[in-house]
Amino acid sequence: MTGIILLVLVLVLVLWMIGAYNALIGLKNQVANGWKQIDVQLKRRHDLIPNLVNTVKGAMDFERSTLEAVISARNKAISATGVRQTAQAEGELTQALGRLFALTEAYPDLKATGNVAQLQEELTSTENKIGFARQLYNDVATQYNTRQATFPTMLVAGLAKASPAELWQITDDTERAVPAVDLSTNKPAP
Amino acid sequence: MSEDANLFAQQESNRRRSTWLVIGFIVFFAWVGFGGDLALGLLTADAAPGSYHHVVPVIGIFTTIVAAGICWYSWRFGPRQVLWSTGAREVTEPASADERQLVNVVEEMAVASGLPKPGVWIVPDDDPNAFATGRDQATASIAVTEGLLRTLSRDELQGVVAHEMAHVQNLDVRLMTLLAGMVGAIALMSDGMGRMLRGTRRVGGGGGRGRGKGGNPLALVVLVLWLLTLVLAPIVSRILAMAVSRKREYLADATGAQFTRNPMALASALEKLEAATSPTRAITQGAAHLCIVDPAPGLLSAKEGFFADALASHPPIRQRIIRLEGMGYQQAKRLGEPSSGPRPVSPA
Repeated sequence: MTGIILLVLVLVLVLWMIGAYNALIGLKNQVANGWKQIDVQLKRRHDLIPNLVNTVKGAMDFERSTLEAVISARNKAISATGVRQTAQAEGELTQALGRLFALTEAYPDLKATGNVAQLQEELTSTENKIGFARQLYNDVATQYNTRQATFPTMLVAGLAKASPAELWQITDDTERAVPAVDLSTNKPAP
Repeated sequence: MSEDANLFAQQESNRRRSTWLVIGFIVFFAWVGFGGDLALGLLTADAAPGSYHHVVPVIGIFTTIVAAGICWYSWRFGPRQVLWSTGAREVTEPASADERQLVNVVEEMAVASGLPKPGVWIVPDDDPNAFATGRDQATASIAVTEGLLRTLSRDELQGVVAHEMAHVQNLDVRLMTLLAGMVGAIALMSDGMGRMLRGTRRVGGGGGRGRGKGGNPLALVVLVLWLLTLVLAPIVSRILAMAVSRKREYLADATGAQFTRNPMALASALEKLEAATSPTRAITQGAAHLCIVDPAPGLLSAKEGFFADALASHPPIRQRIIRLEGMGYQQAKRLGEPSSGPRPVSPA
């Protein structure tokens, strides 16, 4: 009798372990997928920037420093690896782009050509998608981290080779800051 | 966690309701058919030996098969039918800046909700409105009117698309599209049966001499019940569609706000939709419950109460705006500052 009870208990335990293990692996894959989603959008953003720079280059020749800031931020973002470094570099790129867009407001002719407006819409949309993909990634990553750190799933965390996923933090000094642009003068700052 | 559980519960409930809707629909048609057979059979039972006796329930068999056929058709072609009835065209290659923006916004919301990108359609109508249709997340479509594209800002458009995406995610679209097909079919059948009945009565009056002797009371009861169902069915089905839709709008507003993290944009979009009072002509009554706001706003859409609850397809817009603003204030309080949350950027 006790043998049967013991057998049932072991069976229940094994079944639970399989379930918990699979749930963790599922979440792990979702986190990886979430990161891939961000990556796709980041790549698209990096591809769009040279187009934009080429289009506005002629009209905004004397804003060279702003354009160069965008290009160097882009190159830095492309070579960034890991969640923290990528987040940092992309934040700087966002800021540089914000500056550029704020400056294009001062050139009505440039906006009227349509090409710039279209590029701006594409970049805006890509930035939004990055934002939403980040939202999704952070949600799933938080879920994954909580699950593997709480009892009883933590017991199988080692088995599933689960390690905490890094969240995509918005650093206050980069993305939250409003780009300071002075539109009163068209001359570059000395 | 709990949000996920909530979503699964919603999806499960919508799957279950869809199944029950199909079962109820087929049972109803079977009753209409077999009830007719029964009434006709009882009426002709006392007829003279030589005249017609209704023994084989042909009407019942016929209506049941037809009902099953309609269900299959609504399931298979319902979404296409709904889109077709509004005269919508699909946007495959965005031709104008507006269309590009719409496609982009839909893609953004697909990313935000983690769903595949739905089809994008534009309805040629000047009144701002939008709806979603489809049988599951993979085959869903979102349609907006030309008026909506013109009136709303990018953020507001995003709010509306997010609302529709919420309907897609929790499978409201499946239930609503099936309902649209069935409400239409019932209205059609009620018309047809009414016409057929008038014909039958003439035949019965000529052949059924039994009625002169007092008739069969059971036949009368069945007949009256049967007639009552026929008369009430279109009204009941319409009320059902409205009731199903009303509760879901609040939920889709909330889920949509979760996608954009910007409830105020949807609130201000609804404000604009409310201000546009002219009816959306392209969208007929049969698909009214699919829309974000009632395409034919009447007196009822502004009221809350028993009759308004039963007869309007949408909750009062005011009420929805108030709830969204509540969410907005809460979000602002949580973040400490009202406008610079983690929500994405957008040009003014």
